[in-house]
Amino acid sequence: MLTDKEIAEIEEHIKHYPRKQAAVIEALKVVQAHRGYVSDESVKDIADFLEMTPDEVDSVATFYNLIFRKPVGKHVILLCDSVSCWIMGYENVRDHLKKKLNIDLGQTTQDGEFTLLTIPCLGACDRAPAMMVDNDLHGNLTAEKIDEILEKYK
Amino acid sequence: MERPLTERIRPGETNWLADYQKAGGYEGLKAALKMTPREVQEVVKQSNLRGRGGAGFPTGLKWSFVPLGDDAPRPKYLIANGDEMEPGTFKDRLLLEGDPHQLIEGMIISAYAIQAEVGYIFLRWAYKKAEHVINKALAEAYQAGLLGKNILGSGFNFDLYLHTSAGRYICGEETALINSLEGKRANPRAKPPFPQTSGLFGKPSIVNNIETLCNVPHILHHGPDWYHSISHSVDGGTKIFGVSGKVKNPGLWELPLGVTLREVLEEKAGGMREGLKFKGLLPGGASTDFLTEQHLDIKLDYKGVEQAGSRLGTGTMIVLDDQTCVVGMVHNLEQFFAQESCGWCTPCRDGLPWTRNILWTIENGQGKMEDLEILEGMTKTLAPGNTFCALAPGAMEPLQSALKYFREDFERHIKEKRCPWRS
Repeated sequence: MLTDKEIAEIEEHIKHYPRKQAAVIEALKVVQAHRGYVSDESVKDIADFLEMTPDEVDSVATFYNLIFRKPVGKHVILLCDSVSCWIMGYENVRDHLKKKLNIDLGQTTQDGEFTLLTIPCLGACDRAPAMMVDNDLHGNLTAEKIDEILEKYK
Repeated sequence: MERPLTERIRPGETNWLADYQKAGGYEGLKAALKMTPREVQEVVKQSNLRGRGGAGFPTGLKWSFVPLGDDAPRPKYLIANGDEMEPGTFKDRLLLEGDPHQLIEGMIISAYAIQAEVGYIFLRWAYKKAEHVINKALAEAYQAGLLGKNILGSGFNFDLYLHTSAGRYICGEETALINSLEGKRANPRAKPPFPQTSGLFGKPSIVNNIETLCNVPHILHHGPDWYHSISHSVDGGTKIFGVSGKVKNPGLWELPLGVTLREVLEEKAGGMREGLKFKGLLPGGASTDFLTEQHLDIKLDYKGVEQAGSRLGTGTMIVLDDQTCVVGMVHNLEQFFAQESCGWCTPCRDGLPWTRNILWTIENGQGKMEDLEILEGMTKTLAPGNTFCALAPGAMEPLQSALKYFREDFERHIKEKRCPWRS
């Protein structure tokens, strides 16, 4: 079931479009903002609410990189793996994060704190290598800097 | 005023409505509202403003295909493309975070020129600060009567909304963006019909890049002659150029169109870091052809870069140094394109992963000389006209030029059965 708060937020987005199905991406993001990810049940709930089939909603949900169809950790690390960051040392940063968190790309730490994902170019190429943790951008990454940043989220 | 787009922007700060108006903001809108929509289009045509998102299509001409008059289908839509996901590109972020009203003013004027009633700013998910800034600036603009009904008493109505994406590179392609705004998978659409006559929700629609729209207020405020006077080229105006990679001073600079590549690379970006030599660069994002040492004195405008065998693209350059492996770099690029292919058409969906896999094989010392022929063949199979949209042809640009200028590096990997750049 969608909560009243979720429904109110989705309805706010629906106002911006001539048909409510256009707000499906926003609806997925609203649910994800409240629940961390979009479950099969949420896909059905959104479909009911927007008068779509669950398959239609899921075809959209699975198309976009940042709709999570599986549970993620409390904090999501999005590490840029595009060309400028690659030139500036992405591989070292990636290896440091994997070792530090003891997980591979796409996994969540055992304590449920961090999920480590890659993301295409973050548009922070003059501060490469770069990553986002939740909504915050961090650039000019080094192993030491990453250690400091992760401390802040614990 | 030689840097109209960025001279008001201070690092880390945002110009809100009062700051923007104090610096002459919304004067262009007042000038535009005294003209007819066709006259506004004519001014922009005379300025020779060309799209800053990569393709370089003349903006005034693009607008002129939208039906005007009482029998035109309604509502019409204006969409700002702020899905900045081209690797190596970080210019629109500056405009969105630093001076939101410049974009909003540009959108109101552009909407007036095509008589659009509704606008969307399509913003990529990752630009969280920009999202916050735009939302606040939109509220300011509504409160000041700059958006909504009867703007500044002109009788013109325009509603503007922010749409934040859920992340996918193909959303930058205008027909894919339109599908995404309709709440669908962002597959590109067949053209024709072109969006100008049948776009968002089947209505006439224009999609313009953020930087393009930010030029419009200044053109209307100061006129096309002034716009030409600040350029060193037949193309009007300035361009935000950017440099990333192992240079001394990576960053963004607004410069006249027609400055030389050397000026940007050496004077602005400070040249290469100590101990490194310049080897080549992609002049306008990931989907442009490499340029090398021999091209450093070319003029950076649409024609100048094209004559050198590449494209101005987004104007944000990615520099390759002599200690970075070009095969590894191109592999990274093709990995990006393979991942971001929407999967709609077969050459792109199958060709890009195949290309990436071959490059990975070569990079890991298991390539054969015949692989280079397959790669050459791929650049022809995925050439413009063979795919649904420009994603795969764009992906072939760095590959075909790398094979042309740095073939020796590919061959060394194959002969030495390893990457010579990795110890």
